[in-house]
Amino acid sequence: MSQALHPKTHSKPHLRIQDLNVWYETHHALRGISVEIPAYGITVIIGPSGCGKTTLLRSLNRLLEEREGIRIIGQVWFNGVNIYDHGVDVTDVRTRMGLLAPKPYPLPLSIYENVAYGRRIHGLDVLDKGNGRNLDLKVEHYLRTAGLWEEVKDRLWTPASALSTGQQQRLCLARALAVEPEVLLCDEPTSALDPISAQAIEEHLISLKENTTIILVTHLLRQARRLADYVIFLWMGELVECGTAKEFFENPKDSRTQAYLMGKIG
Amino acid sequence: MLTKRKFEEFFFQILMVISTIFVLGSLLLILGTVLWRGLPALNLAMLTQTPQGGYYLGKEGGILNAILGSLCLAGGATTVAVTLSLPIALYLRIYPVPHFTRDWIRLSLDILWGIPSIVYGAIGFTVMIFLGIRASLLGGIIVLSLLELPIMVRGMEEAINMVPKELLESSYALGATRFETAFKVVVRQTLPGLVTAILLAFGRGIGDAAAVLFTAGYTDNLPTSLLRPVASLPLAVFFQLGTPFPAVQDRAYAAALVLTVLVLGLSITSRLLSTRFIKNIIR
Repeated sequence: MSQALHPKTHSKPHLRIQDLNVWYETHHALRGISVEIPAYGITVIIGPSGCGKTTLLRSLNRLLEEREGIRIIGQVWFNGVNIYDHGVDVTDVRTRMGLLAPKPYPLPLSIYENVAYGRRIHGLDVLDKGNGRNLDLKVEHYLRTAGLWEEVKDRLWTPASALSTGQQQRLCLARALAVEPEVLLCDEPTSALDPISAQAIEEHLISLKENTTIILVTHLLRQARRLADYVIFLWMGELVECGTAKEFFENPKDSRTQAYLMGKIG
Repeated sequence: MLTKRKFEEFFFQILMVISTIFVLGSLLLILGTVLWRGLPALNLAMLTQTPQGGYYLGKEGGILNAILGSLCLAGGATTVAVTLSLPIALYLRIYPVPHFTRDWIRLSLDILWGIPSIVYGAIGFTVMIFLGIRASLLGGIIVLSLLELPIMVRGMEEAINMVPKELLESSYALGATRFETAFKVVVRQTLPGLVTAILLAFGRGIGDAAAVLFTAGYTDNLPTSLLRPVASLPLAVFFQLGTPFPAVQDRAYAAALVLTVLVLGLSITSRLLSTRFIKNIIR
């Protein structure tokens, strides 16, 4: 039986992860994670390398299962539907959750077509198929949202690969936003960028959090402090502590969190 | 003193140089022979006429029948092979095929690749007799496409294998299906590699004599129907070389020259065309 996701309603909490376990072959990468991710704002997943941050993030849009040797057991409730249920359309889940990867990978298309790609495959501008005017406006809108429009408006039809890495990452942001996702998954989106480009991405995330649930993976504690509204701390595949940013940074409860925040471990 | 290690190094450098010279030398020898013997015999009549009476004795006529026949055979076979190869290659690489199945498909393709073309021809001929079909363009196309298939699939697969996983994932993350990702992203990204695979297979197809000997037959007429025999350049070379007349033998070299130029020309044109699409490729 096909189980459709509900229309876009932001009931709180937005995402509820329930007893999620992930294995890479025999390595138990995520151990019984249960956490609720609130709607809107920026939820930051922090922890040292190999603690399962990216694994957790990629389990949310089911991109994890594209890799070989993965076993996932558990539930992820999104708008009241467990996305791991049989009958849930994986492309539907991914359409609602945009992804910003560590290193930008533009599609082998022009700048314009990169932004238009998602809208085209989902037929979002199907009403004016004839002239494509609406699509033009949408492409411009999302390039502006990602702060790239002024730099590329005269060369929309040139290859996206010719852009700088910082510009490519903003293009990837525009491309993800163009599908109008409810959730934006960011996997260390600034790790390949110079400080100026990184700051630009951070500023965009802050301005987007009013209307989008942003889940950000980072290993930079400084970045987490700057951006987080809500924090999830992972350690060796286990969830150690989670809470609002204020609570987490000012009054950490677990000794491992305290040690991590003080720079003693990780 | 020349130590053992230094001697090894020296020995292998010499060996590498000799091997390279040998390969390049062979290429030059082949091209040289074909040009030297073929070019004087080549004239407009050879390219624009079909064999007239007594052509194989050195009289009037040309090999237009074989030129067009070969283009029809190899063009048809390549079209059929592309239609089959691209889905196989994309399936093997983009879709989650079980390791076991993937390995077996690959092994089968490698075995097919290794089968001599005369065996394809013989089996094709047997099947055609069983079905009551005469040697024809259609028969030749089918057998040649089988011959081209493994080369094309393996070549395409190599190209598709070079696509970074992250690129596929960025398409999936936008909610694209595997099909959309395969045809809108992977094919664009790998186009030069795909073209190379197609050309390699086309070259093999147009140059093969044994597979078409029984299945396509030979005729002095131009190809007009899928169900009638067609001539082909490799067989034109073969038949003309087999005559005792030096003038006709020289025409065989001219036919070989035409074949070489056809393959080379097509190769260059397709590369030029595909550079138009290369500009968007993600490196």
